[in-house]
Parts: sequence; C-alpha cells; structure tokens
Amino acid sequence: MKARAFSYFRAATIDQALDAHARAGDDARFIAGGQSLVPALSLRLQAPRLLIDITHIDDLRGVRREGGHLRIGALTRHCEMLSELLIAEFAPLLHAVAPFVAHPAIRNRGTFGGSIALADPASEFPAMTLALDAEIEIAGPSGRRRVRADDFFIDLFETALQPGELIIAVYVPLFKADQRFAFDELARRRGDYALVGCGMLATFAGDRVDDIRISFFSVGNTPTRVKGAEAILIGSRLDAGRIATAQGALEGDLAPPDSDEVPPAMRLHLARVLLGRLLGRLGEGA
Amino acid sequence: MRGLDEPLLDETDETVRVRFVVNGRKVACEVAPRDTLVDCLRDKLELTGTHAGCEMGACGACLVQLDGRAVHSCLIFAVQADGARIETIEGLTESGMLAELQAEFHRRNALQCGFCTSGMLINAHELLSQTTQPSRDEIRDALSGNYCRCTGYEAIVDAIEAVAKARSDGGGAT
Ligand SMILES: Cc1cc2nc3c(=O)[nH]c(=O)nc-3n(C[C@H](O)[C@H](O)[C@H](O)COP(=O)(O)OP(=O)(O)OC[C@H]3O[C@@H](n4cnc5c(N)ncnc54)[C@H](O)[C@@H]3O)c2cc1C
Ligand code: FES
Ligand code: FES
Repeated sequence: MKARAFSYFRAATIDQALDAHARAGDDARFIAGGQSLVPALSLRLQAPRLLIDITHIDDLRGVRREGGHLRIGALTRHCEMLSELLIAEFAPLLHAVAPFVAHPAIRNRGTFGGSIALADPASEFPAMTLALDAEIEIAGPSGRRRVRADDFFIDLFETALQPGELIIAVYVPLFKADQRFAFDELARRRGDYALVGCGMLATFAGDRVDDIRISFFSVGNTPTRVKGAEAILIGSRLDAGRIATAQGALEGDLAPPDSDEVPPAMRLHLARVLLGRLLGRLGEGA
Repeated sequence: MRGLDEPLLDETDETVRVRFVVNGRKVACEVAPRDTLVDCLRDKLELTGTHAGCEMGACGACLVQLDGRAVHSCLIFAVQADGARIETIEGLTESGMLAELQAEFHRRNALQCGFCTSGMLINAHELLSQTTQPSRDEIRDALSGNYCRCTGYEAIVDAIEAVAKARSDGGGAT
C-alpha cells in the first residue's frame, strides 16, 4: 500500500522542527530513520499531513562525554552503537544489544532517539535505558527538560513526550570498573521482535551485588523493571538460592498480557529462564 | 528547500524536484513527497533491478546503497534522499563490485526466480566488506531480513561463504 499524500519539510535546526510542528498541530509527525514510521504510513495506520524530517539537524547528532554521562544524540543510528568506540567503552550494554535490534539494513537507518520515542514494548533499547538509569533530554515549545527513564515510559506507546516535543539526546551514566552487565532475548528467529528479553546492570562490592537494575521487554505495555527481584539480589553473591528466589519474585513483578500466541504463563516461564541464565553469567563475570 | 513561511499544508500532493547521484550519474526528477525511493527508482528512473515486495521493510527485495550503506528503498521517501548518492544493483553490477558474488550465485543455483537476488547481493556485499571471514551463522544472521521463497537459502549461504573463502585464500583480494 501507499501512504496518504503529505507535505514534507526538512528542518535544519531544533527550533525550525518545533515551530513547524506547532503550526501543523496533530497533523504533523517527525521522521528520523523512518524504519517504524514509514511502514505505519504505508499501511495507513497513520496519515499525517506533514512530515518534518529531523535527520539534518546537527544538534541531534554525535556521541560525547559530558561529566559523568555519555551523551548519545537522538540521531545516533543503531549501527553506530556497534561502531562508535565511546559507546563500546562507556555504554557497553548498548553495544552488546545492538546486534539484536532488527536486521543490518534497518540498523543502518533506524535511530536511537526514534526507538526511545516510539517506545515499542517489544523493543530492546527503551528497556535498556531503564537498566542504565538513563535520562532523556526533551525539547518542546515550552523549553527543555530531562526526564529519567524510570518516569518516561507510561503506557502502550505512551511516554512523557508531549505531542510536538522532540528527543534531543539520551544521557547514560558512564560504565565503571566495578560494574557488570548482561543481556539476552528469546526470539523465534534472529532479528524478529523477542518473545521475552532482558538486560541488567549491576555494581559489585567485591563479589557482592551492591546495586542492580534489571529491565524486561516484551512482557507488557511498557518496558518493565523488576524491583522485587532486584531487592532480593542486592547484598547477595548471586548464589543459586538467591537466584531462585529472585526468579520466584517475577510473578509479582510482571503481569504479561493475554495473548493466544504466547500465553501469560509461558511468557512468565520464559522470563524466569532468562533471568536465571543472565544472573548466572553475571556471577561468572559476564 | 522550501521555507517555513510558505503554507506547508496547502500543497500536500504537489511534486517537488529532487536530485541524486544514481550509479555515478547526476539525475533530477519530480516526485510527490509520498513517493518512496523504490517507486522513484523503478518508475521514474527505470532502474527495475531493485524490486518492490512487501513495501514495509520485511522482505529485503528493495535494498540499495545510500551513501555507501545498504538500506531499504521502500522505507525512504525519495524526498528524504534528496542530495544523496545511491547505488543500485545496475550500478554495482556495471562497476564489477559484485562480479564474484554473482558468478558464485550463478554456479551454485543460489537464485531461481531472482526476485530476492539483488537484495541478497547488496546485503552480502556489505557483510563481506565488514567481515572478511564470516561464519555460516554470521551469514545467516546478516541475511535475516532477506526473504527467498525459492532456494531454501542453503545455496545462498554456500555462495557467500565460497566468495569469502576464495578472497582470503587469494590474499585478501577484493
Ligand atoms: C522489519 C523490521 C524489523 C524491526 N525489528 C526491530 C527489533 O527487533 N527491535 C527494535 O527495537 N526495533 C525493530 N525495528 C524498528 C527499528 O528499530 C526502528 O528504527 C525504530 O523503532 C524507530 O527508529 P526510527 O529512527 O526509524 O524512527 P521513525 O520511524 O522515524 O519514527 C518512529 C516514531 O518516533 C518519532 N520520533 C523519531 N525520532 C524522534 C525524536 N528524536 N524525538 C521525538 N520523536 C521522534 C516519530 O515521529 C515516530 O512517531 C524493526 C523495523 C523493521 C522495519
Ligand atoms: S520491499 Fe522493501 S523490504 Fe520488502
Ligand atoms: S530466488 Fe526466488 S525469491 Fe529468491
């Protein structure tokens, strides 16, 4: 199918993009990599009258250190998560996750900011911002603000972004020597959206877990931190007993939706399996 | 480029002029903003080696190189590519970039109807330019977004593996 007719505007600055959106109101969409938006337009799931191309805005580009954070520009492509050395060093979880996101040619176009803005509950990167305790910088008609990932994902495809607001960058705390991460997902076919996926970042004091953040995706309307399981693991040496208790806690942390293809009990089972595997790897040094 | 002061919404299906360098040649054409790059290449520029299958990013038949990287031409509107350098299967064939892969696909019957082949070749070419000796798993992974309804994939993986091996045996010739 073909998209409904629309006008196209290529913004050169953040202000131009915001201004164009403010004029067109609900009828406008920003387009970044287009890897989710173009299929939605072709299938006529969406039919805006104006597309505002943000890919030529320099201020949305680039990866750099800023204090204790890595600032990852919204236009950073999925493939750059693999090639950018600063990401490999200071946000290695994102580097490890990128090969699981879609297929190579889609990674050549799709952007980090677009993935976070879309907030597909089956997507890898939104869930990783929770595990990383990242902050999302937003620009809108009323100025700029930073929102913690914990406060960003609200409901199915619903985030703290208001219509007409733009994600500028994502700030990720720099990875430290006493930290370890782990990630994996269970999918029917490589490159497909996962049945269940999970990423985690832990800070160790010797061989004890000092702090841990665990985030699941494809388990409900939003990416989800499992705070019950996290609490059980803090202070532990990730021994088999504690891991089993944490796996048991997932029943309280997660409420997978009804689905014919993957019943809730199966998804919960897969989440337990995945959590056990990843904590095992984390204990071995991941 | 259109200025902000013009009434953006009053001219939705009016065509705009875009310019690209396609297969080394400068071209300009008139497109509606909603025309995808694949439609522009096939219908306006008559480069029909790029195929339109699913038109939603799932099948990989429409892959082209945009500024040197493999992308789906069904997932880009032609206006977005204004100013870009595009290589299609025709240009990559003419320049000989794909000759070894094409010969090996031919030798091993890695194509039947050929609908998927240009996408397969463009993806395989990018894989081999990044990884000189990919494992079979890596090859399959790289092709995970390319559907073939005919061959069963095995011969395609064989062909790509054979080219990688021949190149490294031949001292890394490209
Ligand atoms: C076949 C296929 C398989 C895929 N598999 C996966 C997968 O396994 N995992 C996965 O995570 N993704 C997958 N994707 C989606 C892909 O990762 C997209 O690139 C990503 O979801 C959106 O990024 P984008 O830059 O393409 O955004 P676009 O498609 O351009 O935009 C998506 C939405 O976000 C908005 N938006 C974009 N950028 C911004 C911004 N900076 N500020 C505010 N709003 C913005 C747009 O207005 C739009 O509503 C797949 C896509 C395809 C076609
Ligand atoms: S036609 Fe583009 S991926 Fe199928
Ligand atoms: S050869 Fe027919 S689809 Fe691949």
